[in-house]
Amino acid sequence: MTEEKKEEEKTLKKKKPKIPRQPMPEQDPHERAKNFKEVTYGFPAELAQNESIRCIQCKNPVCIDGCPVNINIPQFIKKVSEGDILGAAKVIKESSLLPAICGRVCPQEDQCEMVCVVGKKDKPVSIGRLERYVADYEAAHGTFEMPEMAPKTGKKVAIIGSGPAGLACAGDLIKMGHGVTIFEALHKAGGVLVYGIPEFRLPKAIVERELDYLQKIGVEFKLNHVIGRIRTVDELMQKDEYDALFLANGAGLPQFMNIPGENLNGVYSSNEYLTRSNLMKAYNFPEYDTPIKKYKNLAVIGGGNTAMDSVRTALRLGAENAYIIYRRSRDEMPARKEEIDHAEHEGVQFIMLTAPLRVIGNEKGWVTGLECIKMELGEPDDSGRRRPVPVKGSEFVVNLDAIVVAIGTNANPLVAQTTPGLELNKWGYIVVDDEKTCKTSKKGVFAGGDIVTGGATVILAMGAGRSAAKSINEYLKII
Amino acid sequence: MNKILEKKVWWTDAPAIKEFVVEAPWIAEKHKAGQFVILRASENGERIPLTISDKNIEKGTINILFQEVGKTTMTLGKLNKGDSIFDLAGPLGKPTHIENFGTVVCIGGGIGVAPVHPIAQALKAAGNNVISILGARTKEILIYEDLMRKCSNEVRVTTDDGSYGRHGFVTDELKSMIESGMKIDLVVTIGPPIMMKMVCKVTEPYKIHTFASLNTIMVDGTGMCGACRVTVGGKTKFVCVDGPEFDGHQVNFDEMMSRLRQYVDEEKISRELCQQGTCRTA
Repeated sequence: MTEEKKEEEKTLKKKKPKIPRQPMPEQDPHERAKNFKEVTYGFPAELAQNESIRCIQCKNPVCIDGCPVNINIPQFIKKVSEGDILGAAKVIKESSLLPAICGRVCPQEDQCEMVCVVGKKDKPVSIGRLERYVADYEAAHGTFEMPEMAPKTGKKVAIIGSGPAGLACAGDLIKMGHGVTIFEALHKAGGVLVYGIPEFRLPKAIVERELDYLQKIGVEFKLNHVIGRIRTVDELMQKDEYDALFLANGAGLPQFMNIPGENLNGVYSSNEYLTRSNLMKAYNFPEYDTPIKKYKNLAVIGGGNTAMDSVRTALRLGAENAYIIYRRSRDEMPARKEEIDHAEHEGVQFIMLTAPLRVIGNEKGWVTGLECIKMELGEPDDSGRRRPVPVKGSEFVVNLDAIVVAIGTNANPLVAQTTPGLELNKWGYIVVDDEKTCKTSKKGVFAGGDIVTGGATVILAMGAGRSAAKSINEYLKII
Repeated sequence: MNKILEKKVWWTDAPAIKEFVVEAPWIAEKHKAGQFVILRASENGERIPLTISDKNIEKGTINILFQEVGKTTMTLGKLNKGDSIFDLAGPLGKPTHIENFGTVVCIGGGIGVAPVHPIAQALKAAGNNVISILGARTKEILIYEDLMRKCSNEVRVTTDDGSYGRHGFVTDELKSMIESGMKIDLVVTIGPPIMMKMVCKVTEPYKIHTFASLNTIMVDGTGMCGACRVTVGGKTKFVCVDGPEFDGHQVNFDEMMSRLRQYVDEEKISRELCQQGTCRTA
């Protein structure tokens, strides 16, 4: 055992928390499965206080390294324990622009909380929930304060896409003194935060709050601007004289299964299903004009967070049977455990080790079922997960009115197709020289987030946005 | 932005046909024949695609023409000169492939004549012999006749009731042209899906290359959702980014028509609410 480890063990023994991990209050599962209000209520002050003193203030805080944007976690938690919540907010905001969002949607169990030292003997400190508590407290009690702004440089940067990567990059660049314009294709800013993640997991008012803040500190938003069509990357640089560009347009192209019957009525991509519900607020039809069908029996194909969001949306729209169909077993599902548990408590039914073969429809062109085949797990594949193999003769039919396909997304080619000289990899994602510089093959053009990595998480995209801001700032100094 | 500079009412009876000249300099500058916009008419509104039917780069304007068949178009129709369109994004979709094909027949049915207009213009400018067939239910609702005459070498009109031009459908006229031995190098067709399907049926045995511009349901219009997907040559395509024009002989029109009917119940609810006066314009 190294000296450091011994030291850690000692601290752990000495400061072994006597308080258990505090439970997060949440809406009753049966109740919440019928509404779109946020599932979890957040910590009240007392629980936050209790949770904060579970942090043992490690000398070597590995949680900071576990965080993609390196929030000084022990320091903000210490402020919470001292009752200085606005002080805690300041600490977080040094590293993260969107704490109210990340506190809700970050997979903390794979990041900061996974390495939390308290978690070695007990359950880890609820870092994410405390982050959310601090951010919500600040929103309710804090007053708007202009952050420290560097003197204006006269340089201007165009950001393509207003999702987490674009927003984080904008927030940093504006503080560095540059002019920042975000071009957004849709009529609302926020990217996946507004079209993808449902209200019950991330209330849109919170996203609005963060967007307001960016506008107040001077970021310009140009909505309804589809770059690649209304303007190309080259035109933005030459005609509109932007000194640098950050491409953060995400991985928005839905994948389908390429099985027979997939274009029958009642088959949706998760992007369509969620965009109708979230961005267009179709769950409030006819008060909102965009319709969404209320299906009795609906299955979502896939095991990721988007699949969970889709199936839980279906329940809230009144589905009697809402299924997840996934070709591996529950342990291999890429969704956060918390989301899977929430879905299960709300009544979602899991059909595991099952792969779709063919969508069955009626003479009117509507879905009536899905023919599937049972799978078993074989040898591990490239991803390290055991490869699902079909079980011969195990075909069966699930009766359904609708199917939502949530098996992942690809790069949207619109920007790439119209940007000569921009290097892409074989999947169509933009190639950057390294994750820190975010430099593309085109001078003055940077890229980050899902359009570089493929579909990932909000916090990773945000981290990329911040790295890009640093790199763009350096670039602007030398041109 | 997106201010309505002119409003023209082509037809007042329901469903009315109206046209706006809209201030949209960036869109006007980039627009090419065949492209469309996505718009919303109000804060709670739906996103719908409409084809750009004309433009003026100097003035920075585009024209959009619509028939009041649903809540969005009815709400839109209430807007007047000086009002603004709530949200407008474009130009979207791939431009029409333009070259000198030889003789091209441009077929527009109903309000489909409007989206045919910029395509006929571009084909004419590329040196084609453009013959246009315009179809309408009756003479009074025939639109864009003058504009089409300007960009066609010849215009033929058909009406369902025989009130103007040939009594019959656009397909009858097309058949006569083909049977008369006229050499046709390309057919472009835009209009109701059933009309496009029939046009393709007429040209297929003669192997006359036929483009159809499809008007499916869309949500984002940027390739993100796949609501607009169609089967073309056995493969799934997105009308918004792979289209809107496809080889008409490869399009599965029956599937497309079935997909267009997905929300008829909801469309009816919205339309009725709108007729009761709940349409908002802001």
